[in-house]
Amino acid sequence: MNKIVANAEAAITGITDHMTLMLGGFGLCGIPENCISALVQQGVTGLTCISNNAGVDDFGLGLLLQKRQIKKMISSYVGENDEFERQMLSGELEVDLIPQGSLAARCQAGGAGIPAFYTPAGFGTEVAEGKEVRYFNGKAHILEHALTADFAIVKAWKGDRFGNLVFKGTARNFNPLMAMAGKITIAEVEELVEPGELDPNHIHTPGIFVQRIFQGTDYEKRIEQRTVRPRS
Amino acid sequence: MLDKTGIAKRIAQELQDGWYVNLGIGIPTLIANYIPKGISVEFQSENGILGMGPFPFEGEEDADLINAGKQTVTAMPGASIFDSATSFAMIRGQHIQLTVLGAMEVSDRGDIANWKIPGKMVKGMGGAMDLVASADNIIVAMMHTNKKGISKLLKHCTLPLTGVACVKKVVTNLAVLDITPNGFKLLERAPGVSIETIKAATEGRLIIEGDIPEMQID
Repeated sequence: MNKIVANAEAAITGITDHMTLMLGGFGLCGIPENCISALVQQGVTGLTCISNNAGVDDFGLGLLLQKRQIKKMISSYVGENDEFERQMLSGELEVDLIPQGSLAARCQAGGAGIPAFYTPAGFGTEVAEGKEVRYFNGKAHILEHALTADFAIVKAWKGDRFGNLVFKGTARNFNPLMAMAGKITIAEVEELVEPGELDPNHIHTPGIFVQRIFQGTDYEKRIEQRTVRPRS
Repeated sequence: MLDKTGIAKRIAQELQDGWYVNLGIGIPTLIANYIPKGISVEFQSENGILGMGPFPFEGEEDADLINAGKQTVTAMPGASIFDSATSFAMIRGQHIQLTVLGAMEVSDRGDIANWKIPGKMVKGMGGAMDLVASADNIIVAMMHTNKKGISKLLKHCTLPLTGVACVKKVVTNLAVLDITPNGFKLLERAPGVSIETIKAATEGRLIIEGDIPEMQID
């Protein structure tokens, strides 16, 4: 089995206008930098992007927003991006803001064949508008539906040609969940290793969820909030 | 009157040995600096780390190790890393003993608003709605009034809600208050703050019974 493709450009083959994409990452941590650049180059438009955040003005999904390639964002927090806020307030960009835990669970459900579930998050708020409410053990819950995508694009630390993935630190975040929920899942990795090099006990995403994999290049891994303490 | 550090110090006194704690962005993040001596707590950050440590030394920042505020952090010995679904299983499944977060408004029945100002500011709720809908023990850290002096402790929230009837305690620059079925119950005054000042700054129902002590803060 060999799921390796040459590069990001090859990996995004088949992504066309008006598709729905999932993109892993939390803030700028664990985002698929190479594929985002390739999508900017390729110029696809009308995208619906499911991603916890929307990048910053000049990095991450902010690059796709600048080029007006995104029609709709499904996210939990979009606070660090002025262009995003401008497009949203002016009505150019459709935005569906959903609680972060519900976003994670909806991706996981989509990948796991669970069409919908009940959660207490958002009950009594505008998130619950139009959604079924049901009480369990005396507590109100709302019905949330699973999310899937035409393509899920994730970033991992290491991977092999079977598509097995290992993530590093908090760059894991939404990546394993989105990997399960793509009809086609693309994984870009910092290091492509030979099968057997990854300990089967330590694999985070089993290869069955991944269809295409490649080793990325020139990772910037930009830090959004560089915070340090003095050496005293 | 307390500053932000003072609010963090007072909330840190609520920590108990063995607790798992989720701290929100802003004032709550400061609480980690004032853990009472002799107790051990573990900090959870909803982007996927349990056992979060202090900021790294300069030069040791790791882009792959951040907290929910996107700040570079460290992992303590015994820390664990997990995906976002597992993280919110900890939160929704009530495995966390204390959640502290900021707010723009709190009502006297424990409603909280902190994610949106219609037409002006839309940042999103992040994990706040999941946290407040499930946590048993929620403390809000906030300023008692806004910059114009208008109360943020209200009868009813005016901004879009993050959660309903969920906040248990509020610690402000002026006071510590419990939220009870009959409204805000004043427990402590900030150093040098009079009951009259607190009354004037609280729009919601306020219960004052007996002598109200001053907070004890180092």
